[in-house]
Amino acid sequence: MDRLVFLLATGLARGAVLALFALSLVIVWRAARAVNFAQAAMAVCAVYIAFALTAASGSYWLGLAGGLAAGAALGAAVERGLMRRLPHLTPLPGMICAIGLVMVLQSGLAIAFGPEHRPMRPPFSQSPFVIGGVPVLSPYDLFVLVTAAAVMGALALLFAGTSLGLRLRAAAFAPETSRLLGVRVPRMVTIGWALSVAAAALAAILLVPTELGLNPHAADLLFVNAFAVAVIGGLDSPAGALAAGLGVGVLVSLTTGYVSASAAPLAVLALLTAVLLLRPGGLFAAREARRA
Amino acid sequence: MSALTVDRLTVGYGDGAPVVADLSLDLPDGAVLALLGANGAGKTTLLRALTGLVPARGGRVLLDGRDLTGLSTEDRVRRGLALVPEGRSVVVELTVEENLRLGALWRHRGPARARAVAAAYELFEPLARRRHAAGHTLSGGERQMLALARALIAEPAVLLLDEPSLGLAPLVVAQLLGVLRDTAERTGLTVLLAEQNVTGALSVADRGVVLSLGAVVADRPAAALAADPALRHAYLGF
Repeated sequence: MDRLVFLLATGLARGAVLALFALSLVIVWRAARAVNFAQAAMAVCAVYIAFALTAASGSYWLGLAGGLAAGAALGAAVERGLMRRLPHLTPLPGMICAIGLVMVLQSGLAIAFGPEHRPMRPPFSQSPFVIGGVPVLSPYDLFVLVTAAAVMGALALLFAGTSLGLRLRAAAFAPETSRLLGVRVPRMVTIGWALSVAAAALAAILLVPTELGLNPHAADLLFVNAFAVAVIGGLDSPAGALAAGLGVGVLVSLTTGYVSASAAPLAVLALLTAVLLLRPGGLFAAREARRA
Repeated sequence: MSALTVDRLTVGYGDGAPVVADLSLDLPDGAVLALLGANGAGKTTLLRALTGLVPARGGRVLLDGRDLTGLSTEDRVRRGLALVPEGRSVVVELTVEENLRLGALWRHRGPARARAVAAAYELFEPLARRRHAAGHTLSGGERQMLALARALIAEPAVLLLDEPSLGLAPLVVAQLLGVLRDTAERTGLTVLLAEQNVTGALSVADRGVVLSLGAVVADRPAAALAADPALRHAYLGF
């Protein structure tokens, strides 16, 4: 029972990171109808900048802010400099370029910083609070949960409650109609990419201290799991990313705790397969809209 | 003063023959012009080229005397051009209210935006009852009403409409055309109304232009055009 509480709590913290990264994939999917396979590599670039800033200044928070800004800038730069210039008749050129970008960025990072794992120190302790003799959750896990929840809440508010959010949604759903209403659609796509990669960078910055350390492949597994989460939730659904993220986080944590760490990816794969068989659009896919 | 001048506009797709060829057209301020023609005459292509959705091969489009050539669709809209495209174009994932606000965004700021949305509900009462309904739950008539309201909310100088009556019940068509005529008279809005519904379009228009194979073949007062059976038979198919 004690173990269950601990596994559930850490599962939720990991799940929050997964949900945030999956949400970043949903944002870029909605903005540009692209699955960004380079999301992890781009996020890790931002983490290296956060790492360097923290090392230079001694402040975790400065590194965090710099990492987010770097993620946003990298997202905008990749959209403006690369993705926008591709033919958009099929999604294939975008996917291939994204995969190419992964190789370029990861090799570049390995050349510049070496392939070794650099331990990243968390800003709070990782030893769990003990309540009534039961270990529950570490202060760092709590920080991760609160940060991810706050950022996802802020993003939800941005999309649902502001003029910018209305423009972003309209540009994603109906680009031509939006242009006819004066919305600068190309700018909205750039903003979507910037928001998306910044969110992914935050997820990676939160994750890396709980893993072996920073290295060019530090977010690869995060991407794989988050992609599964995004598909399980329905690529178009932010709520789906959140629910599926927390669910998969707990699933991974329980499988790791009660079975073995190597069984966890299998459990995710089994869940993904089941969802694709039973509800191919994802658990939270909207009913097909009636058109015209 | 011309609100919209089309000067020797040529438009085509790919390497194909031009769909609109060397077309000139003049819309005086406050005019309601019916753009008639059979399927494939080039009405939709002309309207899309005017808004910059389709690039022109040659010629110019002037709005209030200012050249729009080279401007993006967004910038043409912000200069006062509005298009309600065929097929209603409601963003079905958004609510009625969100669709209206979207139309008002670039034109109105702060409290003026809420006032503009409220004024649209007054003009189109059935929309007020559905304000929080998602676009995909609206009927065809409601969608066309919303698309028109959303275009008018930005107070355009020139409104382009592509077959607003398509697939709608006659009663709904009459209601929409009535609102259009009233708005044009009240605000001095200039309208270019592309229609296959010849009778309906000519009943609200001052003038009618008949398009065939991308060229203007007739340009007359609406009443004269409506009374010319030979022309109707030759170009409009009835």
